[in-house]
Amino acid sequence: MYRIKEKIYKGIFTLLAFASLVFLVGITLTLFIEGLPVFKEVGFFDFIFGKSWYPTYEPPEFGILPLILGSLWVTFGAVLFCVPIGVGSALFINELAGKRLKAVLKPVIEILAGIPSIVYGFFGMVVVAPFIQRLLGLPVGLTAFTGSLMLGIMATPTVCSISEDALSFVPRSFREASLAVGANRWQTLTKVVFPASASGISTSIILGMSRAVGETMTVLMVTGGAAVIPHTFFQPVRPMTSTIAAEMGEAVMGSSHYHSLFAIGLILFFITLVFNIIAELISRRFRMKLGLGR
Amino acid sequence: MIKSKLGFTVLAAVLAVGLMVIVPTFAAKNLTIKGSTTVLPVSQSCAEAFMNKHSDVNISVQGGGSGVGIASLIDGTCDIADASRPIKDKEIAKAEENGIDPYENVVALDGIAVIVHPSNPVDGLSIEQIKKIYTGEASNWNEVGGKDMKVVVISRDSASGTFETFNELALDKEKVRPDALLQASNQAVAQTVSRTKGAVGYVGLGYLSSSVKGVAVDGVEPTKANVVKGSYKLARELYMYTDAPPQGLVKDFIDFVLSEEGQKLAEKAGYVAVK
Repeated sequence: MYRIKEKIYKGIFTLLAFASLVFLVGITLTLFIEGLPVFKEVGFFDFIFGKSWYPTYEPPEFGILPLILGSLWVTFGAVLFCVPIGVGSALFINELAGKRLKAVLKPVIEILAGIPSIVYGFFGMVVVAPFIQRLLGLPVGLTAFTGSLMLGIMATPTVCSISEDALSFVPRSFREASLAVGANRWQTLTKVVFPASASGISTSIILGMSRAVGETMTVLMVTGGAAVIPHTFFQPVRPMTSTIAAEMGEAVMGSSHYHSLFAIGLILFFITLVFNIIAELISRRFRMKLGLGR
Repeated sequence: MIKSKLGFTVLAAVLAVGLMVIVPTFAAKNLTIKGSTTVLPVSQSCAEAFMNKHSDVNISVQGGGSGVGIASLIDGTCDIADASRPIKDKEIAKAEENGIDPYENVVALDGIAVIVHPSNPVDGLSIEQIKKIYTGEASNWNEVGGKDMKVVVISRDSASGTFETFNELALDKEKVRPDALLQASNQAVAQTVSRTKGAVGYVGLGYLSSSVKGVAVDGVEPTKANVVKGSYKLARELYMYTDAPPQGLVKDFIDFVLSEEGQKLAEKAGYVAVK
């Protein structure tokens, strides 16, 4: 009886463990099945490097270069905000903050991650965009810069939390050894602690980027959505995610427009996949380096 | 080996019993409505009023867009598809493949208002001027009778019913300038226009408010009366598609929408009654 019970539990948990694999395969298959038909109509390179996105016109144009650049533009902009803030606060929490300050700061930063993205979007649209518009005298406040700022704030908890973990994984002996040979705190930080945790910090940045590139609601609300190749940070752009979100609801099922939206999803999936693989590779190296290897 | 097989058999049995419990058996009459977010407020308020009168009927109303609604009618997953544009030939063909015969019911009229920031001195535009602004030929307000100020063009996602109607009625299907801002809903357009001095946008008549200014089009003010009269040029019909001419419960509901009470609800939602 006991053995049977054990088997049942094992069966249930095996099933649950494989569930996410089933979802992954299902989603990937759907993306391919629904996305690939568009390439019968448009060449792959015309799709990726085409400069105009007019999917519902006659004849339609499916060029997603402005959308890809829009996504990359706001993502790299977000890095400019989330890296200094995220890594900086991780260093502060780990190196300088006392126990009580640390006990307050870390949860507060992590709460940022719990705010729904639509709230960020709303805040960006109602408060940040008009502020930037007035501050810089722009014709409109919904720009790539506004999107980058919001995404940067959203990615900060990811960057900070993982960087802080990386810093705290640096063995005590490293610091002690460094201090023992006469290095001061700053030298210990820059020459020992930082290099030892560099790959962990890089991982955090890349995961922050993959959070930013996949973010949808916020960019839909604050980047303005003009499908043009961006020349400055202070003009409206249209990232890939917001294109899918805005157009999927109304696209005629089975049309090339519908398939092209799935194809955008497919390309987005590959971009985040590459980000995640890089992050995984770096963090593996990081575990080895500290002798925490598997 | 045998034991592990037994484990899975037991598990399968547990799952099967679980499913039987979860899948309920409905006794009440159900009606599913899906589609255009433009028509959504009409179906929503009509559904509520209808359910108050017929307690045995359960109506579920969902948005998703005209395309989604028609696609679910074709799939047979909804009884009524709300749409803010006429059904396309491609969709009719697909429906026929599935043995569905889409039937058009006009349930309300909708005017599209061209809106500007309240501080903008421009009170009226011709269709020709609207076209010039949206296609990029005119990019400063002084080219259409306003003051020297850059025009910030705001458009809807090119798949929305509002965009399609506007594109057909005002732009002769010409391309909107690529640097036009895209907003995904009527509210978002109104919101952006109300916050941007040089902005121009377009929304359903029901979304006109004091925070934006609706301009006269070809000299005709965007009012309900002018839409019914047919003198306002940027107006369209709103539809509920059914499989074949409506029958039974579907007919009861459509009749209710078209009744005096239903049309009052449509007007309350910001649209214009059919008659």
